[in-house]
Amino acid sequence: MTQHSTLSRRRWIGTGLAAVASVPFVGCATMGGPSIGRVVVVGGGFGGATAARYLRMWGGNIDVTLVDRNAQFVSCPISNLVLGGYKQMSDITVGYGGLEATGVKRIQAEVTAIDPQAKEVRLADGRKLPYDRVIVSPGIDFMIDQVAGLETPAAQDKFLHSWKAGPQTAALRRQLEAMPDGGVYALTIPKAPYRCPPGPYERACMVASYFKQYKPKSKVLVLDGNPEITSKKALFEKAFADHYKGIIEYRPNNELKGVDVATSTAKLELDDVKADVINVVPPQRAGDIARTAGLLNINNHWAGVSWLTMESTAVPGVHVLGDATFPAPAMPKSGHMANQQAKVAAAAVIQLLKGEPVNSTPVMVNTCYSFVTARDVIHVASVHQYNATEKTFKTVPGSGGLSLAANQVEGRNALSWAQNIWADMLAT
Amino acid sequence: MNRSLWATAAMMGIAVHAAHAQDANLGRNLAATCANCHGTNGHARGDTVKPLAGVSAEKIVAAINDFKSGAQPATIMHQIAKGYSDEQIRLIAAFFAAQTAEQ
Repeated sequence: MTQHSTLSRRRWIGTGLAAVASVPFVGCATMGGPSIGRVVVVGGGFGGATAARYLRMWGGNIDVTLVDRNAQFVSCPISNLVLGGYKQMSDITVGYGGLEATGVKRIQAEVTAIDPQAKEVRLADGRKLPYDRVIVSPGIDFMIDQVAGLETPAAQDKFLHSWKAGPQTAALRRQLEAMPDGGVYALTIPKAPYRCPPGPYERACMVASYFKQYKPKSKVLVLDGNPEITSKKALFEKAFADHYKGIIEYRPNNELKGVDVATSTAKLELDDVKADVINVVPPQRAGDIARTAGLLNINNHWAGVSWLTMESTAVPGVHVLGDATFPAPAMPKSGHMANQQAKVAAAAVIQLLKGEPVNSTPVMVNTCYSFVTARDVIHVASVHQYNATEKTFKTVPGSGGLSLAANQVEGRNALSWAQNIWADMLAT
Repeated sequence: MNRSLWATAAMMGIAVHAAHAQDANLGRNLAATCANCHGTNGHARGDTVKPLAGVSAEKIVAAINDFKSGAQPATIMHQIAKGYSDEQIRLIAAFFAAQTAEQ
């Protein structure tokens, strides 16, 4: 299949017409014998796209359909650099043409239901997609009702989350550009667990970096619902002190309770904070479709999975990836982690379809890079090996760790990571 | 699910065959954990990260062991290398060595 996908990519590039190239290679999926099965992948982010790509690459004759509501993939990692003004939306946007050229059938649609009895995925337009196995990688959705006043469209238009990269990323950048020098940008962070633990602190750095250069009288106020910085704490504290003294003010134990549109106010437990731009990252749970499909068997918020296969512990035949899962110990909700989970799931789904035993010793790695300036980056990394006794992944003692200090070598590595993981998941 | 599959496989007398099939994929599966930074099947994008496809297994094993021991300083690889067993590193190296260097 490696040769196949390489060929298909060349042909696709050669013609420059994805539609022309994708037709013969969909046909290719059925050449040389019957299909081993039909897999529908719900969600085209780091988890779902990777699963679709690896199912085709490793699965031989396998029918893979990827459903996502968006026309293109927009990356959350690197999106804070758009807020800082160092990258454009086009830099974090990748099309699905590469995946289609590998034989993945892509449908842009909203999934409304997954029926495990009929074994079909239902779309908003009425279409039904039959499956032998379905992989659900829905990311997160927000628990808006936990922030009083945020339920109105007016509030959601004003207090952006920008925690799903896309139109809200560009919109928040516009709010920052429109803010007068001397203004206050407040960022509210929900209690863990939430998507991308170091993300909010990277965002604070990127906005502060922009202010430092263009609006030096402005402030970044970080209102953290957690008792302390939840990831890379010492490294972020050093970045705040070294680069953004007098710009970033960090307040722990400041959980957002409500918002008020008219006065542009964030209501906290003990006091109210007025700010020119309030960036509300609301509390989170697994994406809506995971709830609709009955997958959220952990606290009604997250999907429990069997770690050898990523199959739901609630609904047979349904595999769940990424941020939506209830994690194994020390597994962060990151795009990198979702990509790794997708490979375990893809390998397992292929073997289950073939009636073969699945890999009993899978490994996953996580790496999260965070920009603290436009060039200086810090990382946290971990290696997770499956533990047969405990039936979960455990980090390997002595492995993993943090950057010693922010540095520019890792600044280059972080951008290289993004290029490579986007190519890995989207077959560009 | 896994248990029942194993049981079925054993009953059908194909356990040995199945174990071989699994081993055949182990190197591939392990090497896929490197792809996020080093590219799919070791075909890295850009010139920041060294491509692994087509590099000899001996070279890869030696490099990872140097990261593990600290003989070769690194930003991150010393931390990641320590997460894999020697056998896993051998399998990863063999997989990348068998890939064509040309993308």
